[in-house]
Amino acid sequence: MLDASEGYTTDDGRKIGGVVMEMKNITLRFGGVVAIKDISFDIRQGEIRAIIGPNGAGKSSMLNVISGFYNPQEGEVWYQGSKRPPMRPYQVAQQGIARTFQNIALFEGMTVLDNVMTGRIRQMNAGLFSQALWKGKAENEEVENREVVEKVIDFLEIQAIRKTPVGRLPYGLKKRVELARALAAEPSILLLDEPMAGMNVEEKEDMSRFILDVNDEFGTTIALIEHDMGVVMDLSDRVVVMDYGMKIGDGTPDEVRSNQAVIDAYLGVAHD
Amino acid sequence: MPEQVIFGMEVFLNGLMAGVLYALVALGFVLIYKASGIFNYAQGVMALFAALTLVGIMEGQVPFSHLINAALGTDLHHFGWHVPAFLAILLTMVVMVALSWLVNKIIFKHLVNQEAIILFMATIGLAYFLEGFGDIMWGSEIKKLDVGLPQGINSLIDETTFKIFDYGFFIDNLDIVATIVAALLVCALVAFAQYSKQGRAMRAVADDHQAALSVGISLNFIWVMVWSLAGFVALVAGIMWGTKSGVQFSLSLIALKALPVLMLGGFTSIPGAIVGGLIIGVGEKLFEFIMSSQAIAGQLFGFTLSATENWFAYVLALIFLVFRPQGLFGEKIIERV
Repeated sequence: MLDASEGYTTDDGRKIGGVVMEMKNITLRFGGVVAIKDISFDIRQGEIRAIIGPNGAGKSSMLNVISGFYNPQEGEVWYQGSKRPPMRPYQVAQQGIARTFQNIALFEGMTVLDNVMTGRIRQMNAGLFSQALWKGKAENEEVENREVVEKVIDFLEIQAIRKTPVGRLPYGLKKRVELARALAAEPSILLLDEPMAGMNVEEKEDMSRFILDVNDEFGTTIALIEHDMGVVMDLSDRVVVMDYGMKIGDGTPDEVRSNQAVIDAYLGVAHD
Repeated sequence: MPEQVIFGMEVFLNGLMAGVLYALVALGFVLIYKASGIFNYAQGVMALFAALTLVGIMEGQVPFSHLINAALGTDLHHFGWHVPAFLAILLTMVVMVALSWLVNKIIFKHLVNQEAIILFMATIGLAYFLEGFGDIMWGSEIKKLDVGLPQGINSLIDETTFKIFDYGFFIDNLDIVATIVAALLVCALVAFAQYSKQGRAMRAVADDHQAALSVGISLNFIWVMVWSLAGFVALVAGIMWGTKSGVQFSLSLIALKALPVLMLGGFTSIPGAIVGGLIIGVGEKLFEFIMSSQAIAGQLFGFTLSATENWFAYVLALIFLVFRPQGLFGEKIIERV
């Protein structure tokens, strides 16, 4: 089913579309260290795609390649049907790929609302002059963008902290604000770098629910990294498994779970 | 009313006016520091360079004329035209934007993620380069700058105060203009930073580079924009100082007076730069007035001091450093442990 070029239908009946992004034979080196070795996979419209693997497997590097923070030495990135030239991260973001960070990168001095508004920068085009006069295009634009932002804020249930400077928030809420900012960009692909890292069970459940809801409600394509196997298997439609920079498995959670190489990587293998 | 109090009031007002000029320079520092964490030592020299360029363009001076004449044996000095002030200011602004672009392209683009002290050293280098460059380009003699701003005693204030106190206050028209311009400038800058898309992006970049990149903000664009803004503020400061005391190289030293202003107001606050400037301006003038007056200090302390203006600002800044290092309006530094 998975290799059908026009998408597939998930167990719970969601229609998954064609390929949005395809990584072809990506190799990334830092000096002599090979972080990613000849990896290929694709991300399809509307699916939740997970990249998992033990610590140091190269998951974050892969996410950084997708979001343009690293440019691979070899291989090609195909996005929406065309090959992507080497790009700077802000250019990738302007193409509609939003991301969150493992260690949270928010604007700590700004309010939650302002933080989420920065997610809309891509959609705001009014010139400085019309902004200064607060007329026509600028006014409409601010109102429209504000509506999207308020919708996202409602959706993620952070209305109560809209005006709070982010620096004062606890960790779990910061993670949610970061998700809100990425979501406000109405991205064609949403990249989540360990969205559940450092959370307690309750927060993890909340975050999982939000990720599923986002995918369901807005049809957002999501690629996420996680090393909590349990969470990943519940959330995702398809899973790429990495170990030591190489791809050792790719498929539905069930397929991956029964894959011997994956089991070895996670549980260790007896050397005799 | 005793005459000392009336004199004191005049000194107070003049102090406010002087403070506005300090604040104008400090404002340029705050802008760059806020957006890129760089303490731009060259801000004062930028004001000088802007003023030099403005005079040069207005007078139709040939840039690098000494160099050209020495190399080619010609005797060029002036194109022989006079550019109207408004157009010259616009052209100078173009030069300042080009300068901002070059500074980022040649220097700061290569120093991303470096320690603050390294960036600071780079701006010291920039300050000396720019001073020399301005010298070669426009010559080192003191120039008169007149863009048509009113100067001299304000007769309205003079007459009004004469009627009330029987003593006319001397307030310079130029100082009043500078105050109005500074007030407008601050309102515009605060509105820009708080409500425009670019302003929001600027605050975002100041806060976290990585996060800014991830929402699609080009760091380079924002840096060039901020340096251009600082160039614009430098130009305004250069015009005010240049009109007041002539365009001369000691103008770059006013940057030093901006330092205590920043320590008082906080390096990250635009309103802080203004309030800090006013406190320093008023403080040093009043202190000088009180301490040098036989009738006041002589009576109270039994001695008088003179030339306190040279050190008052720095001592005040020092006291602030001890008791409130982040300044009056600066962000409080709290380390989580």
